Amino acid sequence: MAPRFFRHGPSLLSRLVFFVMLSFVLMAVDSRFKYLIEIRQAFSAVVYPLQRLANVPMALYDGVSEFFDSRNLTDENTYLKQQHLLDQGLLQRLHALEAENAQLRTLLDAAQRAEGKAVMAEILHVPRDPFNRKVMLDKGSQSGIQAGQVVVDNAGVVGQITRNFPWASEVTLITDKDHSVPVQVVRNGLRSIVSGSGEDGTLELRYLAANTDIQEGDKLVTSGIDGIYPPGLPVAIVSKIERNSTYVFARVTCTPVAAVAHNRQLLILAPLPPAAEIPAEAFETPPENKKREKIGLR
Amino acid sequence: MAFADQPKQEILLPVRGSLILLSLTLALVLNLLPLRGAALVFWPDFIALAILYWCISQPQRVGISIAFVMGLLMDVGHASTFGQHGLAYSIMAFAALALHRRLSIFGELKQAPQIGLILLLGQTVILLTGLLDGSHFPGWNFFLASVTGTLLWPLFSSLLKLPQRPRSDSDAR
Repeated sequence: MAPRFFRHGPSLLSRLVFFVMLSFVLMAVDSRFKYLIEIRQAFSAVVYPLQRLANVPMALYDGVSEFFDSRNLTDENTYLKQQHLLDQGLLQRLHALEAENAQLRTLLDAAQRAEGKAVMAEILHVPRDPFNRKVMLDKGSQSGIQAGQVVVDNAGVVGQITRNFPWASEVTLITDKDHSVPVQVVRNGLRSIVSGSGEDGTLELRYLAANTDIQEGDKLVTSGIDGIYPPGLPVAIVSKIERNSTYVFARVTCTPVAAVAHNRQLLILAPLPPAAEIPAEAFETPPENKKREKIGLR
Repeated sequence: MAFADQPKQEILLPVRGSLILLSLTLALVLNLLPLRGAALVFWPDFIALAILYWCISQPQRVGISIAFVMGLLMDVGHASTFGQHGLAYSIMAFAALALHRRLSIFGELKQAPQIGLILLLGQTVILLTGLLDGSHFPGWNFFLASVTGTLLWPLFSSLLKLPQRPRSDSDAR
């Protein structure tokens, strides 16, 4: 066998071609078919401890500055006490309303809305990638987090969990270009879908006819018809409407209510129970039958 | 003479594999630091710098395959499309390997602009794959990371050279 110095293996160019092809295949599979979750999980086992390590200096800085910032703490304490009193009052009203609502619902024989348990999570890492609006949270499948759960902050919807790893999970923010939330205008109940624009702090209402009844300052809340987002969570406020008579659709720009990119702690809501109204056949039709139906139609 | 301004060639100790591993791990940690605001725009890609350094100084040990694996780790850490950074790092490693004989003639300062071009090439690849995936153009300050990477190169490569310097023996006098 030749000594190490003389062994070369495949040429440089063929190695490059191999890895370029491999990356293209991976990218295509990942962005079109979403098959690579297991491979991602294996890699995340390596990356997770490093992410934790990278967070240490920031956490230390926060801890130290909190320790020296005691004057701020008393202010915050009095503010929180006042807020607590206010919230207490509101909460008592809420309890009364909840009881009344439950009673009315039983009267109407409607399904009870399940109250979800929420899990608090901290942002582990904000990726630098300018093409995606995503964050990593420090709770994963070990804490019972599943893909599809909704993430909120104190003001409104922040995003949705799209991938879960053992100790971390990936949240796609509502500002991501591939993310949409079914919403309803509070003022008149108009239903639509708000989509991310890929830029910080802007959302779009697409395909609304130019004569739609929508105004600047309208509040958008989740409509709940998707079975993923619980109804009534604040999402965005309409900030700008451009109606151009040459286009069929109005350009409606919205600002998210939640501080989407400026939080450290977020709340992960429990998944909603599956809606009973969706018929089981809708999911269980085998593909062969569908084909046959299509052929039959022809 | 044409090579009169060539820097003094140093004789360095053989590189231990642990140093390469440690530097790549540290670079990954530096890339994963939770930064915000302006620092995020200027923060260079340390993994790219480390891969370029090792491809130029140790071309028979660090190659395209290691660059590709580091790219996949970066993709998981950054939640980007799987293979995006893998592709960019493979192409950057290829450029560095193809040019390593020429690059190792120059000193760190003269290497910097050439390294800058390779960094720009890598960022362009990332930008193109992002645009293919349907993103908006993120703005020209996207390329600022390459500029800071170029400016940091002399410091970075001399830091990595430090553990390879032979220790001066006190008995040698």
